[in-house]
Amino acid sequence: MPLHPSQLASAAAAVSPSTAPPLVLVDLSRPARPNRARSGLTKTLRLLLRALVPAVLLVVWQGVCALHLVSPETLPSPADIIAAFAELIRTGELQSAIPASLGRALVGLALGATTGLILGLCAGLWRLGEELSDAALQMLRTIPFIAMIPLFIIWFGIGEQAKIALIFGATIFPVYLNTYAGVRGVDAKLVEAAQVFGLSPRLIAQRVIIPTALPSILVGLRYAAGVALLALVAAEQINARSGIGFILINANQNQRTDIIIAGIIVYALLGILIDLAMRVVERLALPWRPSLVPA
Amino acid sequence: MSLHSSSLHHPAPVRATSYIPAPDPFADNPVAVHLAGVRRVFNGRAVLDGIDLDVRRGEFISLLGPSGTGKTTLLRILAGLDGADGGRVQVAAARSVVFQEPRLVPAKRVWQNVLLGAPQTAATRTAAARALEEVGLGRHTDAWPRTLSGGEAQRVALARALAREPHLLLLDEPFAALDALTRIRMHDLVAQLWRRHLPAVVLVTHDVDEAILLSDRVIVLAGGKVRFDARLDLARPRQRGDDAFVALRARLLAELGVAPSIPHHA
Repeated sequence: MPLHPSQLASAAAAVSPSTAPPLVLVDLSRPARPNRARSGLTKTLRLLLRALVPAVLLVVWQGVCALHLVSPETLPSPADIIAAFAELIRTGELQSAIPASLGRALVGLALGATTGLILGLCAGLWRLGEELSDAALQMLRTIPFIAMIPLFIIWFGIGEQAKIALIFGATIFPVYLNTYAGVRGVDAKLVEAAQVFGLSPRLIAQRVIIPTALPSILVGLRYAAGVALLALVAAEQINARSGIGFILINANQNQRTDIIIAGIIVYALLGILIDLAMRVVERLALPWRPSLVPA
Repeated sequence: MSLHSSSLHHPAPVRATSYIPAPDPFADNPVAVHLAGVRRVFNGRAVLDGIDLDVRRGEFISLLGPSGTGKTTLLRILAGLDGADGGRVQVAAARSVVFQEPRLVPAKRVWQNVLLGAPQTAATRTAAARALEEVGLGRHTDAWPRTLSGGEAQRVALARALAREPHLLLLDEPFAALDALTRIRMHDLVAQLWRRHLPAVVLVTHDVDEAILLSDRVIVLAGGKVRFDARLDLARPRQRGDDAFVALRARLLAELGVAPSIPHHA
């Protein structure tokens, strides 16, 4: 709003030179810098710097082993571990173990995620579903799934059933919680607009709520995939007759530290593989997400 | 210009000393809104306290009123999103709403948003593309809502509302969140689309100029009642600088209880 001239005059008079602090200018202009600062050269450099620490660690590890500072039974060298990998591949153990372990993880994950998704949708979409399932699931959620292993052995024995049941139980909750939160998080204004345009409750769920909640649901699925791997490792400690756990148990009995470490690395690689797969799924399912849409 | 003001208690329009019957160019059109004695009470306070209103097809009316006078409540009742506590509410079955925010589903492409309440087939897709063409967004049929500007998104919301061929179009401050230049373009667009499709339009707004630019009739709500109801017979397109426009604005601002200290450019 423009000030009246008399107001301006009084405003000017208020800033008397004697009492007010002097006006100081701050220079915010950027110092001229060559464009090179954000070019590809520094990108490569940054990549090299990132690789530097792991590379140094590997060299130190190999050096410590070569100088016999630790016994090979405690910590075999990186070269020994590569040899162990070669041995596992030569005997065909690794080739049969990975499908066995991955199969367990995926069957358990598929069952758990489906159950979590259905329960989450029921609790998110219907008041009745929420009343029925939410309190019970929130209670069960507090049980660490590893604590269930002894009980599952009694219930399901030491075969495949117990392993898949453990992965199933562990993966329900991440999917349930994120689905429920995602459905509840859909803007009520969107639902209201859909009502105005005459959508039935079924179509509102199908066209508005579920697509909008999908990012959250997929976060739950991705988290569940990580948990599935964790549960797999725990489950394969129960008398595994196949899979990576079987390799680990055998190696443990034969004091083969190199093979144990190789097995652990395989678990880590499986984790990366599952995570990458989930990212691909997200990319395909969410073409409208801000990170993927050039605004 | 002649301004005929009438209220519930004075159904016959009266202007100063002379008596001039209000020419109602829509008298022969079917009724799209019929409200009689509509009440809505929130926490013991009657936000709407006996509203009578008839709007006929093809008529463009604006609801003005200070904040909290129940303009939006009235619009929500017309949309079927809120229920009246008393009185009679009859509205056209084919109606749609444009809200202050575009309210597009971010996970659906623009054409799917236009067809939100309709079957989504190849044939309807063509209809959606045509509706988008009408609001100047033919190129954005396959875009994601997130990639649109605020004005574009609001135009999609308008296309979505018109794709249903509504007999009653409800506009809840649809231009309030837009920048001033986009708003001017939207005014033109809405006037154009209204002339082409001729639905009954109820526009809720704070903007007196907007109401005068667009409507056939301006209603001011106050104290839960219709305080002022005037038919505008200014020639279209209307100019903000016209004497009649300026006089009407002053009158409406007075009805709204605003006495501007800075005179508008005239």
